[in-house]
Formats: sequence, C-alpha cells, structure tokens
Amino acid sequence: MSEEQNFDEPLNIEALKTGDRHELAKMVELYSDQVYRVALKMLNNPSDAEDVLQETFIKAMRAIKNFQERSTISTWLYRIAVNESLMFLRKQKPEAVVIEEEPQNNEDQDYSAIQVVDWCCLPEKEFLSSESRAHLNEAIQNLPAKFRSVFILRDIEGLSIRETAEALNLTETNVKTRLLRARMRLREDLTQYYGERMAEVKNE
Amino acid sequence: MNKVHHCKELVSSLSDYVDGSLSEELCLELEKHLLDCENCTVVVNTLKKTIDIVQEQKTQDKIPSDVKQRLFYRLNLAEFGKEETP
Ligand SMILES: [Zn+2]
Repeated sequence: MSEEQNFDEPLNIEALKTGDRHELAKMVELYSDQVYRVALKMLNNPSDAEDVLQETFIKAMRAIKNFQERSTISTWLYRIAVNESLMFLRKQKPEAVVIEEEPQNNEDQDYSAIQVVDWCCLPEKEFLSSESRAHLNEAIQNLPAKFRSVFILRDIEGLSIRETAEALNLTETNVKTRLLRARMRLREDLTQYYGERMAEVKNE
Repeated sequence: MNKVHHCKELVSSLSDYVDGSLSEELCLELEKHLLDCENCTVVVNTLKKTIDIVQEQKTQDKIPSDVKQRLFYRLNLAEFGKEETP
C-alpha cells in the first residue's frame, strides 16, 4: 500500500513483538496518518481525534504481542482506531449511539426519499471551496456510526470490501449493505447542498 | 408505475455498479435501464461524483506535525519524533 512507499522494508513483526523501539517508531511513522484520518472522520474534531490517535497506538503497543499474522498491521490498526473512536463516542454521547442501534431496514423509504438533481455539472471550484469541504465533513459526521466506519475505511481509506469486513469484524455482505446506505445518504445530503448551490450560482 | 418499481429494485445494485463489481447479468440489466431512465442516470452520476469528491479530499488530511510529535512523546518514543523536515 502507498503508506509504505517511503520505506524500503516492511515492518519486522518479530522485532515489534519484542518491543524494539526503532521498529515501534517505524510503525508509528508508517501508520499515524491513516489512524489520525480515521479518527478525524469518525469524530470530526481535531482534539478528540488526537486523543483517539494516542489511545490507538498505546493499545496497539500493549497488544502487539498477541498480533495474529492472518491480518496485516494496517488492517489491525484500522480496527483498533475504529473501536477507540466508537468508544469515545459512546462516552461522549451515549444517547446518540443508542439511537443508532435501532434497525433501519426500510428500503422503500430509502427510495422515496431520493432527490434527483444533476449537480455534477457545477464548476469544479465549487467542490474545492473550504465551505464545501466543511460541509462534506459534517455530512460524513452525520452518518450513523456503523455506516460511517464502513464508508471511511472503504471510500476514504480505499480498503477492499474484504479488508473492510476484516477490520470491522463484519461479513462482506454486511459491509456492502452498509456501504450502499452510507453512500446513498451522503449523495442525498450533497444533492440537497449542491442543488441549492446550483440555484445560487445561476443567480450570481 | 412499473418503471418506478424497477428503479427501486435497482437501487440496491448501484453501489456495486459504481465499484465495477456488479455481476455481468445485473450490470447489463442496469445499463439497459439507464438508457431510458433519466432519473436513475442522474442518481448514478451524482453517486459517482459523491465518491470522487470524498476521495479528492483525502490527500489533504495528513497528521499535523505537532500532533505527531506529541504522539511520539506520549508513546515514550520522543527521540524518533523530531527528524521531520517540512
Ligand atoms: Zn430508473
């Protein structure tokens, strides 16, 4: 994966397990970007993300002795980062997590809510503005946590369906279902947002 | 409205479709439908665009260097945290 391109050699798992400081530092160097990104997207708050980042690596360093090599270090760290983020959310807003546990199986409702506005033709700068980026982060933040984690790993971090399933301890079918929901909800949100922008751009 | 009903059924395959992982059979069926369903075409295009926008932003999210230094410090690996030159 691309994170490894600055380093000639992959991590030495045996050295990690014996607590070799150079190797641990290398693990942090290689994977702190991805862990921070996940935490930031899960929590949408830099200071909370930093807490989760630190907790993730502290847990990882404690648990590395038990690391099973059927997974990669990368996937394993993703798993810890998502779990730490969820734990953080549970502590902060227990009521929000409870609401998300409720089943949401009404597919028909999903379709009737679909808005059809073709906003793809907006000028590219519309998608790059800082306002637009802030809105996107908020929209991701508004996804229920169980959809959000799937979306972040698959569409932001670029994991395969199988890797996402492995990291989150879900079946591949489950990942696909949640991914579809997450993407459609986000599309819905952006359609609302850019639909309004289209009307404004026309009047500018 | 038979057509709307068809649209509804196809929604569940859109995610696989934009990933290019839809079975050939379903893919053909969907593409045939897209030829004369403007609404679904817009949904597919905006869905693709949504994913594109998300991926374009990704590169801008790097860990700030002060956050990284504090991380090394917190992990008792402070001596490794300072090599970076911007
Ligand atoms: Zn249709």
